[in-house]
Amino acid sequence: MGVIPWVSWYALRRYSAYPLGSMAEAVTNTFFGVMRASVLLALWHARPGLGGYDAADAVTFSFLTQALIGPVQIFGGMELGQRIRTGDVAIDLHRPVDLQAWWLADDIGRATSTLLLRGVPPMLVGGLLFTLHWPGPGAAAAFAVSVVLAVLLSFALRYLVTLAMFWLHDERGIQAVALVLSLFLSGMIVPLVAFPGGIGDVARALPWSGLVQVPADVYLGHRTGGGLAAALGFQAAWAAGLLAAGRVLTRAAERRLEAQGG
Amino acid sequence: MASADTAPGIAARGTRAVSTYCLLAWTWIRAAAQYPVSITLLALGTALTAGLDVAGIMVLFSRTPRIAGFSAAEVLFLYGTSALAFSVSDILLGTTERLGEHVREGTLDALLVRPVSPLIQIATEDFTPRRFGRIVPPVLVLALAIPRLGVAWTPGRVAMVPLMLASGTVIFGGVWVLCAAVQFVLLNSHGATKALTYGGATLTQYPMTVFARDFVRGVTFVVPLAFVNWEPALYVLGRPDPLNLPGWTRFASPVVGAVVCAVAAVAWRGGLRHYRSTGN
Repeated sequence: MGVIPWVSWYALRRYSAYPLGSMAEAVTNTFFGVMRASVLLALWHARPGLGGYDAADAVTFSFLTQALIGPVQIFGGMELGQRIRTGDVAIDLHRPVDLQAWWLADDIGRATSTLLLRGVPPMLVGGLLFTLHWPGPGAAAAFAVSVVLAVLLSFALRYLVTLAMFWLHDERGIQAVALVLSLFLSGMIVPLVAFPGGIGDVARALPWSGLVQVPADVYLGHRTGGGLAAALGFQAAWAAGLLAAGRVLTRAAERRLEAQGG
Repeated sequence: MASADTAPGIAARGTRAVSTYCLLAWTWIRAAAQYPVSITLLALGTALTAGLDVAGIMVLFSRTPRIAGFSAAEVLFLYGTSALAFSVSDILLGTTERLGEHVREGTLDALLVRPVSPLIQIATEDFTPRRFGRIVPPVLVLALAIPRLGVAWTPGRVAMVPLMLASGTVIFGGVWVLCAAVQFVLLNSHGATKALTYGGATLTQYPMTVFARDFVRGVTFVVPLAFVNWEPALYVLGRPDPLNLPGWTRFASPVVGAVVCAVAAVAWRGGLRHYRSTGN
């Protein structure tokens, strides 16, 4: 262990250094929350009870997804990408710390900071403007676990995309593809419960649903008992599998990297 | 310079600004063209990401034939007009949102000593052909949705479509510059002004009947986003105005665009005068 908790702590402090900038982002998140909530209310007005959600669930979903944008970094990317492009990653690899563990620790610090600074305002404003669904203590505890797993899953996915840099030298193309997948298949644009038939089932089986849709279902209390265990297990299994894939890819990348001296 | 205030003087300055803009944009395009594969992939990715909003709308309409009283073709018409106006304004002026970055890093000083307007320099920065990918989804959607609107096309309605696209682009252009000007004073405001630019683009994709009345009043009278496409679209679609505004407001978009640009110009000049270098 040793240094790893410190990496998280310093990341937390670094990402909290400009609270005004983060609060400004929260304004935009809240504005989008109001718009999405209104659109979903119109849909649920036409189709009450669609996908097992009631209108309050749909509105809560809109603000919840906006609150989660920051922590699960739905738009993708991580600092490591830049460091691979510039070659600074050679310094990271030189440290006597595992590359993946280092950046995971950094990401947990980042996620904690953004959860507090960008996650709370949209929920508060949403609660003032609309009728939101607030969870009981059990659902709240389950939601906390689910958010932690979502952050791990988000890191695992973004780490894989970032490592592709070692082979492609330009991550922007693959980032663009990753962005489309994560925005649409996470439930960010439209909740997956509103997807028609087969597409919905496929989307729910893919890892991106663990970023937004599953935590939202847990928060809204749609997963209880065995269903809750299955939901958290689904997130944990994808996170563990993708983190393991990241480990394998890290080994391959270490052998591949050729640092230019000078 | 007294001669600059005469009509030919203003026209000459306008022509020079446009030709400078084109020259700088062309320079950036040539730089980006050094990586043709990357550009093609990125343009595709940009088009796909932009198309996600259409996919979202299609998912909604797979569940219900009407949303807030509007059919799929009508909402897609709103999407197309909004997204096309926004994409063009984004291509022309979107990079002005980096103003705060330039101020923080001190690079604005370098722009100020060059003999070209800093607004043109920032607007053309990193001008890349990949951004044209964003135009593809709205153009396709408009081509498919307009014949399905079921509207009795009069010459007035036909003429209104290009007019609303042009004035929508002008309104969004003004909003970009206005949001950039705010960053002269509030350095950290970029995160929040995205609610007006990107938020405004999302907002105008849906019929205003979806939103609460006070919210619609706000985006009609405070930040006049309703004039981007909603008010003229009511005329094209032959619909009553839920806010009961007088009939001439359907045709007010060009005037609103001019006013927004005037406000943005004053704000930009004010911001530039207010600017004091970060020093070192």
